[in-house]
Amino acid sequence: MKTQTQNEMKIEEQEQKLRTGADLFIESLVEQNVDTVFGYPGGAVLPIYDALHRAEAPFQHILCRHEQGLIHAAEGYARVTGKPGVVIATSGPGATNLVTGITDAMMDSLPVVVFTGQVSTAVIGTDAFQEADVIGITTPITKHNYQVTDLKELPKVINAAFHIATTGRPGPVVVDIPKNIAQEISDESFSRDFHLPGYQPTVKPNPLQIRRLAEALATAKRPVLLAGAGIHFADADKELLEFAEKYNLPVTTTLLGLGSFPGGHEQALGMAGMHGSYAANMAIYEADLLINIGARFDDRLTGALQHFAPNAKVAHVDIDPAEIGKNVETNIPVVGDAKEALQGLLKIDIEKEDCTEWYKSVLDNKSSSPFWFERSDDLISPQWLIEELHRETSGEAIITTDVGQHQMWAAQFYQFNEPHKWVTSGGLGTMGFGVPAAIGAQLGRPGETVVSIVGDGGFQMTMQELAVIKQHQLPIKLIIVNNEALGMVRQWQEDFYEERYSSSLMTENPDFVKLAEGFGIKGVRVANEADVPGVMKEVFSYDGPVLVDARVQKLDKVFPMVAPGKGNHEMLGVRRCSE
Amino acid sequence: MQRIITATVQNSSGVLNRITGMLSKRAFNIESITVGTSEIEGISKMTFVVDVSDESKIEQLTKQLNKQIDVLKVNDITDYSIVARELALIKVGSTSATRSEIQGIIEPFRARVLDISRDSMIIEVTGKPDKVEALADLLQPYGIIELKRTGVTAFRRGKQPRQQVQDFGSISI
Repeated sequence: MKTQTQNEMKIEEQEQKLRTGADLFIESLVEQNVDTVFGYPGGAVLPIYDALHRAEAPFQHILCRHEQGLIHAAEGYARVTGKPGVVIATSGPGATNLVTGITDAMMDSLPVVVFTGQVSTAVIGTDAFQEADVIGITTPITKHNYQVTDLKELPKVINAAFHIATTGRPGPVVVDIPKNIAQEISDESFSRDFHLPGYQPTVKPNPLQIRRLAEALATAKRPVLLAGAGIHFADADKELLEFAEKYNLPVTTTLLGLGSFPGGHEQALGMAGMHGSYAANMAIYEADLLINIGARFDDRLTGALQHFAPNAKVAHVDIDPAEIGKNVETNIPVVGDAKEALQGLLKIDIEKEDCTEWYKSVLDNKSSSPFWFERSDDLISPQWLIEELHRETSGEAIITTDVGQHQMWAAQFYQFNEPHKWVTSGGLGTMGFGVPAAIGAQLGRPGETVVSIVGDGGFQMTMQELAVIKQHQLPIKLIIVNNEALGMVRQWQEDFYEERYSSSLMTENPDFVKLAEGFGIKGVRVANEADVPGVMKEVFSYDGPVLVDARVQKLDKVFPMVAPGKGNHEMLGVRRCSE
Repeated sequence: MQRIITATVQNSSGVLNRITGMLSKRAFNIESITVGTSEIEGISKMTFVVDVSDESKIEQLTKQLNKQIDVLKVNDITDYSIVARELALIKVGSTSATRSEIQGIIEPFRARVLDISRDSMIIEVTGKPDKVEALADLLQPYGIIELKRTGVTAFRRGKQPRQQVQDFGSISI
């Protein structure tokens, strides 16, 4: 009798050890401290979803309504938490629906780990049902990707994927898992240690280069800082502030660098580039030393390269050496982490030339030529709406956007004073990003106010995700800046295509309020300026999601602007204050 | 300008696709690529011949190659003392009348005849690309039926001259 019980116990023990690849997969995610996964089931990931069911909610699983929603939500989550966003999608169409978002994460260096199901190894390459060459498709749009063809590689590959996605210059990593690997049963424990001899990001900058930068700063008469998204990734905002204040340096930022330096600070010149501030663009144009920390000199920032910082010595701090010298010739390259570089610079006490004149002229530009807009008598001007949002949220909300006019107005008029609160699609310029990104942001930081500012065009690309907002009662405030047009397209057609509004006017929009109500979400329409403050109060005092259909002036344009092919000193639509 | 780049890569699946994909995505003009196993198991060596407009382009190319997770080492060896070779197979039209004439032509090139048929012969030649081209030029009048080149594979020589030109491949900053 006794021996039998022992035998039974042994069998039980063995059964406990026996687990599928899918169980191993879940364990590996738990080991990575994953708390939220954005996923969508399907044939090839059924074993994984079954293991997820068995594991009894090892982490929160968010079922978006389209795979594009998954990946943008994961991006939003990563942007505001600094932790990797995790996605699970099935093979074939599940995986290909992620492509836009993976590319978006690649362009904006967001740490995202994507798991895609794949058909069984035996039928890979036979055009099997729901088969797509995910590795082939995602190779150019990922930092790295893996297909797991042997179960014993799975834990190691997952660990490597998280490591690659989150270290160095962050980026998306795809792990493609064939169905039979997820189904395979094993009682073995496999090594989780990975070895990546070809991947050793330089974090600590070369002290010699830091010294060179310091020397350049000592002799510079017209220095200016450019802060990019690298400041956010390195959590270097405090060091940036200290460095800028120590030497009284004017600070410009990129679109994605907004919030890395307090927008309300005296030394802040705001965003530079195509729709940047006059002060920021002129400071870069006239500078004799441009210190770029963590920006990649995107063409929307530089304008025509021959006119970009034409008189400046350029110092470029970047963790990705390939970004240095890619677009702009660089005199002082510094490969390394932004925080490490700034700490290195702060350790040196630089005897700086007197730059009072320069500083004064830069601040003159700032006060004389700020961002401007015209208010009409009753219609809502979109820029003013953003300012109202700023007032109502005390400038402390997490803001997500799509791409286009509303995005630029948000960048110009929602003054960001804190890091990790600006969630926008910068490099790829993806419509439909804002709503799912807000879902990820809200889940990542549940206590924060999250406002998604989107256009009427972009909203319609991912509006199905309203269902997720409702399902999880996420208190997101969705503001549709509704000008019944693809505003930026319309603006370019007006300015550069002689007002031929080809397919840019959205004359048949749905009733957004009814749409929200259809999803079980509170919907509000506002069309008069006078009603805005009341609506704002209503929206932000409401304890739940609200969609606002804000009917704004239709023909507003984003100014100032550097026309394509022009230099940043040739901005159109700069207005000087009368006083 | 033409540059010769060598890369040491991990022999993982899709590595060649990864690299050629990156090169085409970034619009680099590749003249040839060779790849093969090396003296170390699991490690392959690649040689690229690229045509670039200026030095900043070649710097960008080596940096982008280095950025690949599977790439262990990249060198621009153009300005070093190197051994660079490629192999070409040339099927040239020949009759009994021209056969010995052709043999006479290829001899100074240390090329070999691998196959003879009634109206053609296959010649193997190894050397620098210009040597292969010179031989192909001389054989042209006989009618080249088919020509295949492997592309250049290259090494740095064991001993380098004292004065070395800047090595763009291993910029360390």
